[in-house]
Amino acid sequence: MSAISFENALRIHPQALLTRSHRSEILANNLSNADTPGFKARDIDFQGVLKGEIKKSTSMALNRTDQHHLRGRGQEDYDLMYRTPYQPAIDGNTVDDNVEHAEFSKNALAYNASFEFLNGKFKGLNRALRGE
Amino acid sequence: MSLSNVINISGSGMNAQSVRLNTTASNLANAQTVSSSIDETYRARKPIFQLLQKSYADRDFREVDLDHDVGNGVKVAAIVEKQDPLQIRYEPTHPMANEEGYVYYPNVNVVEEMADMISASRSFQVNVEVFNTAKTLMQKTLTMGK
Repeated sequence: MSAISFENALRIHPQALLTRSHRSEILANNLSNADTPGFKARDIDFQGVLKGEIKKSTSMALNRTDQHHLRGRGQEDYDLMYRTPYQPAIDGNTVDDNVEHAEFSKNALAYNASFEFLNGKFKGLNRALRGE
Repeated sequence: MSLSNVINISGSGMNAQSVRLNTTASNLANAQTVSSSIDETYRARKPIFQLLQKSYADRDFREVDLDHDVGNGVKVAAIVEKQDPLQIRYEPTHPMANEEGYVYYPNVNVVEEMADMISASRSFQVNVEVFNTAKTLMQKTLTMGK
Protein backbone atom coordinates (compact mmCIF):
# COMPACT_ATOMS: atom_id res chain seq x y z
CA MET A 1 0.00 0.00 0.00
CA SER A 2 1.49 3.25 -1.08
CA ALA A 3 1.44 6.27 1.17
CA ILE A 4 -0.99 8.06 -1.07
CA SER A 5 -3.67 5.91 -2.57
CA PHE A 6 -4.93 7.83 -5.57
CA GLU A 7 -7.93 5.59 -5.79
CA ASN A 8 -9.03 6.58 -2.30
CA ALA A 9 -8.08 10.21 -2.70
CA LEU A 10 -9.78 10.88 -6.01
CA ARG A 11 -12.83 8.67 -5.52
CA ILE A 12 -15.35 8.56 -8.34
CA HIS A 13 -14.26 11.74 -10.11
CA PRO A 14 -11.79 10.31 -12.67
CA GLN A 15 -14.44 7.81 -13.77
CA ALA A 16 -17.04 10.57 -13.92
CA LEU A 17 -14.75 12.68 -16.11
CA LEU A 18 -14.10 9.74 -18.43
CA THR A 19 -17.79 8.91 -18.70
CA ARG A 20 -18.59 12.56 -19.42
CA SER A 21 -16.05 12.70 -22.22
CA HIS A 22 -17.39 9.42 -23.59
CA ARG A 23 -20.91 10.78 -23.48
CA SER A 24 -19.82 13.95 -25.30
CA GLU A 25 -18.61 11.67 -28.09
CA ILE A 26 -22.03 10.00 -28.32
CA LEU A 27 -23.87 13.32 -28.34
CA ALA A 28 -21.49 14.82 -30.91
CA ASN A 29 -22.15 11.80 -33.10
CA ASN A 30 -25.90 12.34 -32.75
CA LEU A 31 -25.53 15.99 -33.71
CA SER A 32 -23.35 15.31 -36.72
CA ASN A 33 -25.89 12.74 -37.93
CA ALA A 34 -28.85 15.12 -37.56
CA ASP A 35 -29.50 14.85 -41.31
CA THR A 36 -28.67 11.17 -41.85
CA PRO A 37 -31.70 9.16 -42.99
CA GLY A 38 -32.53 6.25 -40.71
CA PHE A 39 -30.09 7.26 -37.99
CA LYS A 40 -31.33 6.64 -34.45
CA ALA A 41 -30.12 8.99 -31.72
CA ARG A 42 -28.35 7.21 -28.87
CA ASP A 43 -27.31 8.02 -25.35
CA ILE A 44 -26.13 6.38 -22.17
CA ASP A 45 -27.91 6.28 -18.85
CA PHE A 46 -25.41 8.34 -16.88
CA GLN A 47 -27.11 7.73 -13.55
CA GLY A 48 -26.98 3.99 -14.13
CA VAL A 49 -23.31 4.07 -15.12
CA LEU A 50 -22.48 6.12 -12.04
CA LYS A 51 -24.33 3.73 -9.77
CA GLY A 52 -22.51 0.81 -11.37
CA GLU A 53 -19.17 2.53 -10.84
CA ILE A 54 -19.90 3.21 -7.19
CA LYS A 55 -20.92 -0.39 -6.67
CA LYS A 56 -17.81 -1.58 -8.47
CA SER A 57 -15.51 0.60 -6.39
CA THR A 58 -17.06 -0.56 -3.12
CA SER A 59 -17.92 -4.19 -3.63
CA MET A 60 -17.24 -5.85 -6.93
CA ALA A 61 -13.76 -7.00 -7.71
CA LEU A 62 -12.46 -10.03 -9.55
CA ASN A 63 -12.29 -13.12 -7.42
CA ARG A 64 -8.73 -13.90 -6.35
CA THR A 65 -8.17 -17.55 -5.67
CA ASP A 66 -4.41 -17.21 -5.64
CA GLN A 67 -2.35 -14.48 -4.06
CA HIS A 68 -0.43 -14.00 -7.31
CA HIS A 69 -3.60 -13.05 -9.12
CA LEU A 70 -3.91 -9.41 -10.08
CA ARG A 71 -6.50 -7.37 -8.33
CA GLY A 72 -8.75 -6.60 -11.25
CA ARG A 73 -11.73 -4.38 -11.64
CA GLY A 74 -14.47 -5.00 -14.14
CA GLN A 75 -14.13 -3.21 -17.43
CA GLU A 76 -16.40 -0.23 -17.69
CA ASP A 77 -19.13 -0.98 -20.13
CA TYR A 78 -21.72 1.50 -21.21
CA ASP A 79 -25.00 0.30 -22.54
CA LEU A 80 -25.91 2.45 -25.50
CA MET A 81 -29.62 3.10 -25.55
CA TYR A 82 -31.86 4.66 -28.13
CA ARG A 83 -33.55 7.94 -27.44
CA THR A 84 -37.34 8.08 -27.58
CA PRO A 85 -38.21 10.64 -30.24
CA TYR A 86 -40.83 13.28 -29.58
CA GLN A 87 -41.97 13.13 -33.14
CA PRO A 88 -41.26 10.64 -35.90
CA ALA A 89 -39.42 11.91 -38.96
CA ILE A 90 -40.35 10.68 -42.40
CA ASP A 91 -36.79 9.51 -43.15
CA GLY A 92 -36.52 7.49 -39.91
CA ASN A 93 -34.11 9.88 -38.24
CA THR A 94 -34.75 10.35 -34.51
CA VAL A 95 -32.28 13.16 -33.81
CA ASP A 96 -33.94 16.18 -32.26
CA ASP A 97 -31.37 18.91 -32.82
CA ASN A 98 -32.42 21.08 -29.90
CA VAL A 99 -32.62 18.22 -27.40
CA GLU A 100 -29.18 16.94 -28.40
CA HIS A 101 -27.76 20.43 -28.28
CA ALA A 102 -29.12 21.00 -24.78
CA GLU A 103 -27.81 17.63 -23.61
CA PHE A 104 -24.39 18.36 -25.08
CA SER A 105 -24.21 21.72 -23.29
CA LYS A 106 -25.34 20.16 -20.03
CA ASN A 107 -22.76 17.42 -20.43
CA ALA A 108 -20.00 19.97 -21.08
CA LEU A 109 -21.03 21.81 -17.93
CA ALA A 110 -20.98 18.59 -15.92
CA TYR A 111 -17.56 17.81 -17.38
CA ASN A 112 -16.37 21.18 -16.10
CA ALA A 113 -17.82 20.40 -12.70
CA SER A 114 -16.09 17.01 -12.55
CA PHE A 115 -12.89 18.69 -13.65
CA GLU A 116 -13.14 21.24 -10.84
CA PHE A 117 -13.68 18.46 -8.29
CA LEU A 118 -10.67 16.56 -9.57
CA ASN A 119 -8.56 19.69 -9.75
CA GLY A 120 -9.53 20.51 -6.17
CA LYS A 121 -8.43 17.05 -5.05
CA PHE A 122 -5.04 17.49 -6.71
CA LYS A 123 -4.63 20.95 -5.25
CA GLY A 124 -5.47 19.59 -1.81
CA LEU A 125 -2.95 16.77 -2.18
CA ASN A 126 -0.31 19.23 -3.33
CA ARG A 127 -0.94 21.46 -0.38
CA ALA A 128 -0.75 18.51 1.99
CA LEU A 129 2.59 17.44 0.48
CA ARG A 130 4.06 20.89 0.78
CA GLY A 131 2.80 21.24 4.32
CA GLU A 132 1.54 24.76 3.82
CA MET B 1 -9.18 9.83 -25.86
CA SER B 2 -12.84 10.55 -26.31
CA LEU B 3 -12.62 14.31 -26.63
CA SER B 4 -10.25 14.21 -29.57
CA ASN B 5 -12.75 11.84 -31.17
CA VAL B 6 -15.41 14.51 -30.68
CA ILE B 7 -13.25 16.82 -32.77
CA ASN B 8 -13.04 14.18 -35.51
CA ILE B 9 -16.80 13.63 -35.39
CA SER B 10 -17.67 17.32 -35.62
CA GLY B 11 -15.09 17.65 -38.39
CA SER B 12 -16.82 14.92 -40.37
CA GLY B 13 -20.13 16.69 -39.75
CA MET B 14 -18.75 19.98 -41.05
CA ASN B 15 -17.34 18.22 -44.09
CA ALA B 16 -20.66 16.53 -44.89
CA GLN B 17 -22.61 19.75 -44.48
CA SER B 18 -20.21 21.68 -46.70
CA VAL B 19 -20.66 19.02 -49.40
CA ARG B 20 -24.41 19.52 -49.04
CA LEU B 21 -23.94 23.29 -49.31
CA ASN B 22 -21.81 22.70 -52.37
CA THR B 23 -24.50 20.70 -54.15
CA THR B 24 -27.07 23.37 -53.23
CA ALA B 25 -24.85 26.05 -54.73
CA SER B 26 -24.39 23.97 -57.86
CA ASN B 27 -28.15 23.38 -58.15
CA LEU B 28 -28.99 27.06 -57.71
CA ALA B 29 -26.31 28.15 -60.16
CA ASN B 30 -27.65 25.73 -62.74
CA ALA B 31 -31.34 26.36 -62.08
CA GLN B 32 -31.71 28.04 -65.47
CA THR B 33 -29.23 25.96 -67.45
CA VAL B 34 -31.35 24.95 -70.41
CA SER B 35 -30.72 22.25 -72.93
CA SER B 36 -32.25 21.08 -76.18
CA SER B 37 -32.04 17.38 -75.34
CA ILE B 38 -33.51 15.51 -72.39
CA ASP B 39 -30.30 13.59 -71.73
CA GLU B 40 -28.04 16.62 -71.51
CA THR B 41 -30.18 18.59 -69.12
CA TYR B 42 -28.82 19.30 -65.66
CA ARG B 43 -30.61 17.49 -62.85
CA ALA B 44 -30.63 18.59 -59.21
CA ARG B 45 -27.98 16.78 -57.15
CA LYS B 46 -28.46 15.60 -53.59
CA PRO B 47 -25.92 14.11 -51.17
CA ILE B 48 -26.82 10.93 -49.25
CA PHE B 49 -25.55 10.94 -45.67
CA GLN B 50 -24.55 7.80 -43.84
CA LEU B 51 -23.36 6.97 -40.33
CA LEU B 52 -19.61 6.47 -40.30
CA GLN B 53 -18.97 3.35 -38.24
CA LYS B 54 -15.83 1.62 -37.22
CA SER B 55 -15.06 -1.28 -39.48
CA TYR B 56 -16.16 -4.76 -38.47
CA ALA B 57 -12.66 -5.74 -37.36
CA ASP B 58 -10.05 -3.44 -35.88
CA ARG B 59 -6.43 -3.07 -36.91
CA ASP B 60 -5.44 -6.28 -35.14
CA PHE B 61 -8.33 -8.13 -36.83
CA ARG B 62 -10.21 -8.44 -33.60
CA GLU B 63 -13.95 -8.21 -33.85
CA VAL B 64 -15.41 -4.82 -32.95
CA ASP B 65 -18.53 -4.83 -30.83
CA LEU B 66 -20.74 -2.72 -33.08
CA ASP B 67 -23.55 -2.57 -30.50
CA HIS B 68 -21.28 -0.58 -28.22
CA ASP B 69 -19.64 1.38 -31.00
CA VAL B 70 -20.56 5.04 -30.78
CA GLY B 71 -19.88 5.77 -34.43
CA ASN B 72 -17.31 8.06 -35.93
CA GLY B 73 -19.50 10.78 -37.35
CA VAL B 74 -21.08 11.09 -40.73
CA LYS B 75 -19.98 10.53 -44.30
CA VAL B 76 -21.35 11.34 -47.72
CA ALA B 77 -22.14 7.93 -49.16
CA ALA B 78 -23.09 9.19 -52.61
CA ILE B 79 -24.34 12.16 -54.56
CA VAL B 80 -27.43 11.27 -56.56
CA GLU B 81 -29.45 13.09 -59.17
CA LYS B 82 -33.05 13.91 -58.42
CA GLN B 83 -35.52 11.81 -60.41
CA ASP B 84 -38.26 14.45 -60.64
CA PRO B 85 -39.45 15.14 -64.21
CA LEU B 86 -37.76 17.96 -66.09
CA GLN B 87 -39.61 21.10 -67.02
CA ILE B 88 -40.37 21.14 -70.72
CA ARG B 89 -41.29 24.53 -72.15
CA TYR B 90 -42.38 25.43 -75.64
CA GLU B 91 -40.10 28.34 -76.61
CA PRO B 92 -39.49 28.23 -80.38
CA THR B 93 -37.54 31.50 -80.36
CA HIS B 94 -35.07 30.25 -77.74
CA PRO B 95 -31.58 29.68 -79.23
CA MET B 96 -31.41 26.27 -77.50
CA ALA B 97 -34.80 25.07 -78.74
CA ASN B 98 -34.88 21.73 -80.57
CA GLU B 99 -36.57 21.07 -83.92
CA GLU B 100 -40.03 20.94 -82.34
CA GLY B 101 -39.42 24.20 -80.46
CA TYR B 102 -39.07 22.71 -76.97
CA VAL B 103 -36.50 23.68 -74.35
CA TYR B 104 -35.67 21.49 -71.33
CA TYR B 105 -35.20 23.21 -67.98
CA PRO B 106 -33.59 21.42 -64.99
CA ASN B 107 -35.73 19.91 -62.23
CA VAL B 108 -34.26 22.29 -59.65
CA ASN B 109 -36.79 23.51 -57.11
CA VAL B 110 -35.36 26.86 -56.03
CA VAL B 111 -37.49 27.14 -52.87
CA GLU B 112 -36.46 23.65 -51.76
CA GLU B 113 -32.82 24.48 -52.43
CA MET B 114 -33.02 27.63 -50.32
CA ALA B 115 -34.53 25.68 -47.42
CA ASP B 116 -31.82 23.06 -47.84
CA MET B 117 -29.17 25.77 -47.78
CA ILE B 118 -30.43 27.22 -44.49
CA SER B 119 -30.69 23.74 -42.95
CA ALA B 120 -27.13 22.89 -44.02
CA SER B 121 -25.79 26.16 -42.68
CA ARG B 122 -27.52 25.64 -39.30
CA SER B 123 -26.18 22.08 -39.02
CA PHE B 124 -22.71 23.35 -39.89
CA GLN B 125 -22.94 25.92 -37.10
CA VAL B 126 -23.97 23.24 -34.59
CA ASN B 127 -20.92 21.18 -35.54
CA VAL B 128 -18.65 24.21 -35.17
CA GLU B 129 -20.07 24.80 -31.72
CA VAL B 130 -19.46 21.17 -30.72
CA PHE B 131 -15.90 21.50 -32.01
CA ASN B 132 -15.30 24.66 -29.97
CA THR B 133 -16.75 23.12 -26.81
CA ALA B 134 -14.56 20.03 -27.15
CA LYS B 135 -11.53 22.23 -27.72
CA THR B 136 -12.26 24.32 -24.63
CA LEU B 137 -12.76 21.21 -22.50
CA MET B 138 -9.49 19.70 -23.72
CA GLN B 139 -7.58 22.89 -23.05
CA LYS B 140 -9.04 23.04 -19.57
CA THR B 141 -8.15 19.40 -18.89
CA LEU B 142 -4.54 20.19 -19.72
CA THR B 143 -4.40 22.68 -16.87
CA MET B 144 -5.29 20.05 -14.27
CA GLY B 145 -3.20 20.32 -11.10
CA LYS B 146 -1.88 23.78 -11.92
